[in-house]
Amino acid sequence: MSFQLRDVCLSRGGRAVLDAVDAELPAGASAIVGPSGSGKSTLLRLLNRLADPDRGEIAYRGRPLAAYEPLALRREVALVPQLPALLEGTVESNLRYAAGLAGKELDAERCLGLAGLDPGFAARDVGKLSVGEQQRAMLARALAQEPRVLLLDEPTSALDHAARDAIEAALTGLRRQLGISIVLVSHDPEQARRLSDWVVRLEAGRVVDSGPLERVLA
Amino acid sequence: MITLAATGGSIDVSAGQVAASLALVAVAAAVSFWWKADLERDIGVATIRSLIQLTAIGYAIQLIFDADSIWLVLALLAVMVLFGALTARARARRVPAPFEPLLIALAVAGASTLGLVVALGIFEPTPRYLVPVGGMVIGNAMTAAAVALNRLGDEMADSRERIEATLALGATAREAAMPTVRRALRSGMIALVDSTKTTGLIFFPGTMVGMLLAGADPTDAVRLQLILLYTLLGSVAVAALLATGLAYRNFFTPAQQLREPS
Repeated sequence: MSFQLRDVCLSRGGRAVLDAVDAELPAGASAIVGPSGSGKSTLLRLLNRLADPDRGEIAYRGRPLAAYEPLALRREVALVPQLPALLEGTVESNLRYAAGLAGKELDAERCLGLAGLDPGFAARDVGKLSVGEQQRAMLARALAQEPRVLLLDEPTSALDHAARDAIEAALTGLRRQLGISIVLVSHDPEQARRLSDWVVRLEAGRVVDSGPLERVLA
Repeated sequence: MITLAATGGSIDVSAGQVAASLALVAVAAAVSFWWKADLERDIGVATIRSLIQLTAIGYAIQLIFDADSIWLVLALLAVMVLFGALTARARARRVPAPFEPLLIALAVAGASTLGLVVALGIFEPTPRYLVPVGGMVIGNAMTAAAVALNRLGDEMADSRERIEATLALGATAREAAMPTVRRALRSGMIALVDSTKTTGLIFFPGTMVGMLLAGADPTDAVRLQLILLYTLLGSVAVAALLATGLAYRNFFTPAQQLREPS
């Protein structure tokens, strides 16, 4: 079991963003689906402690999340945000920074390949990449830390069909080659169908269904 | 007409001469009125406030000079630091709890630079030197710290996604905020660095002008001006560094999370 959430509540500006969320996210590939504003991205941010819930408990691999040192947890449970936000410099300098934080040796070519980018991207200035290329560079940067779990927030929302297909192919390849767990946030049930085998459906901050893909999105 | 007094190399300025200089204030108000810049009221307030504030501080300084007490000097400088921090706080609205970092920044900038110029034997530790130099040091430190925190607040708001994405990699708050803090620090210092570069070419700084008007030797005026410029460079660097270095922490929780904007 990767994550277990019990009675998780979070409010922002007096509004309940997450309301008594109970859910499990097993090892493998899970998807959190729901309409805009349903609390999907907020829930994802709780999983690597970019935020903490007001109430309730989240456990990761059987231990309460609060018991983990936040920085070590984030290197093990890597979050790729919805909007690309690379540091100034080249793609390789971004990868090297991330690998250095996690104390890993960088194999830039391998990370880029896993994210569906050819090795020539290493020397490219991040300011000159398309949004789709930046999104894949973000993925490569997260992979440079060799995480156990990848948290992906709408990884293809700003992309055209070709770029979306390239990211999805990279994610499918990742699971096959590395065996890491993925938690994907998506507003698109079809994408959840293509990439995951466990689904949590959120509406207005509440879990309305969760379970195996074949049952929840039948 | 202002003329050198017979003794002591000082000048006498009458109230009538000050009143005559108000003609230039009338010019400023007329320009504002003519071009509908809507600054006439502000010009009026600025004129009256400067008259009251400078007259009051003139009497206060005279009292301190007469008393010749280092404690009175320290009390005056402490009040300047307090009001400086309160004034700069208004420019740092987007920074959470900016008062404490500003107070520490101004106090340390003032104490360290004044302490150093006294320790190096540049100025004597007497009211005649400490009051005017302290006022300049704290005033410039206040401006630098205010500009730096104003920029820090804007930059932190504009860079939220990048900072949070860096935190998500397991970077510390310091590592994630460092590029932003660096830009804010630069903003706080750049104005004085630029004016120091152009001093003597594009403008004559106030101290030098004052000394020349008072009849001092130009070489002495230049030397004193250089000492003050270098002292101010040190003080604005300390103030901007401390203000940004302390204030950025208020954007983060102890668990290295970026706080929600209030």
